Amino acid sequence: MTIVEVNDLSKKYGELMAVNGLSFSIEEGEIFGFLGPNGAGKTSTINMLTGLSRPTSGQIMIAGFDAVKEVKRAQRIMGVVADESNLYGEMNGFDNLCFCAALYGMRKAEREQRAGQLLAEFQLTGAQDRPFRAYSKGMRRKLTIAAALIHQPKILFLDEPTTGIDVASARQIRKMIKDLKKQGTTVFITTHYIEEAERICDRIAFLVDGKIVRIGTVAELMADTESEHQLELTLDRSIPQLVETEFKQHFPSLRLENRGENASLLAAPHRIALSPILRYLEEKGIAVYEAREVRPSLEEVFVKITGIEATKLNPEKEGGKQ
Amino acid sequence: MKTWIAFWNILKKDMRNYYLKPPNISWGIIFPLAWTLMQLIRAPQSFEINQLLPGLMAMSILFGSTSMLAVTITFERRGRSFDRLLLAPISLTTMVLAKTCGAILFGVFNAFIPVLFAAFFIDLAGTNWLLLSFGVLMIAVTSTLLSLVIAVSVREVFEAQTFSNFFRFPMLFLCGLFFPVSKLPLFLRPLAYCLPLTYGADLLKRALMGGGMMSIGLNSVVLLAMAGLLFVFAERCIRRKWIL
Repeated sequence: MTIVEVNDLSKKYGELMAVNGLSFSIEEGEIFGFLGPNGAGKTSTINMLTGLSRPTSGQIMIAGFDAVKEVKRAQRIMGVVADESNLYGEMNGFDNLCFCAALYGMRKAEREQRAGQLLAEFQLTGAQDRPFRAYSKGMRRKLTIAAALIHQPKILFLDEPTTGIDVASARQIRKMIKDLKKQGTTVFITTHYIEEAERICDRIAFLVDGKIVRIGTVAELMADTESEHQLELTLDRSIPQLVETEFKQHFPSLRLENRGENASLLAAPHRIALSPILRYLEEKGIAVYEAREVRPSLEEVFVKITGIEATKLNPEKEGGKQ
Repeated sequence: MKTWIAFWNILKKDMRNYYLKPPNISWGIIFPLAWTLMQLIRAPQSFEINQLLPGLMAMSILFGSTSMLAVTITFERRGRSFDRLLLAPISLTTMVLAKTCGAILFGVFNAFIPVLFAAFFIDLAGTNWLLLSFGVLMIAVTSTLLSLVIAVSVREVFEAQTFSNFFRFPMLFLCGLFFPVSKLPLFLRPLAYCLPLTYGADLLKRALMGGGMMSIGLNSVVLLAMAGLLFVFAERCIRRKWIL
């Protein structure tokens, strides 16, 4: 069942077209990712979906509600994690969660019980009495996500949830996102980490300059760009020149490339049957230790489709944050 | 959806986090005390507490209700914690009411500190308490809403402070508390009648000393109308400027 339906959504700030005619839908229980560089329109889109910003044009339906006209009804079933950890610095972790629960009309006993449960789930019970401003970046992020989950939303919007936090916290957040999916929660996530999108998203949309340039599962995105199939062979020695020439005559549809001392690459426009090759090489006295299908990474696919270098997508990666 | 739970908790959070902090409470006490002392030192012979009291109360309300709201809202907007309120499934009206209630209550609390001090020195038996309370409340409401309009108009905390002073000081000197409106230069008089504090101060004077420039009815109607207009204007500004 479709939980989010977006049609021809646009947002203009003055002369700048931040979001340009987006159309997509998200199925219930799906993890849907927006992948794009800074300024691609990810946050503008999430702001429109959650009611923090008004679309210039287009339609947003969330769980049957028109999220532009009936924004408050749609907000009841949403949890939102902004790209900054935006809780109240002077309040402690427990009070922050209870306050967020109160905004959804939860009664005292119910909100205290839920806050305690979430603090335990996020391993923050020991820090529940500390003011939010005294938390580390990772802890802040976790508490911000816990606050978005306090009213058990049907759909969770996460805007760059792991940006700038330590590896352990990022891993825990990714695991939490996968666990939420198991519980039936729909997750909409924006990220500029390709590996993150690949690891957790059921479907990904590549967003560039406010437009979706490609949308699909990781497998679909990769299949779109695969022009040839490749096999990498690990051998006991390199293939002699004479054998290589004979090989090319024997298998005219295959392209053979020597890759270093003990490795060769086979490429073809079709799937490569392995057994005739193994037999042939064995006859020539060459042992094959390993045969591995080589597939392009999502990063390569992204670069190929969008023309944007991966370093531009994820500039802080080189700083070792992820 | 139990809106009152959200309303009460926003109000409670603001009271705890901002208004009931020791520096704010001490400000509410020190400010009228310092002003009284200044008047006493300046002219000890002509010092009359009952004449000073309406002005002191009006100042306490004005500074009490406007000093925090614009700053805290701008601060919360900068830290984006204010987005939590915009994302909550409560109406904008409920949110605005909850945010302003804290400042209104703080203004009312500040107003009665000078009254408490004055009670030790003068007889307040002739005071119309009902009228005084209404006047205090209406000054607090209009000042708070004015402060909200300022909060919506600025981006930075320092801008909120500067803008607040830009409104507060001219208001104090034009509202008839220190110089009667009738003695103001002719070109300033229309401006004085555009200020809610002029009508509120008139109610305070009437409640404490009798007399007054305008009738209770006129003062009340103008104050209620100004409060309504300011509320609608503030809410409209929020919709236009904060939900982009």
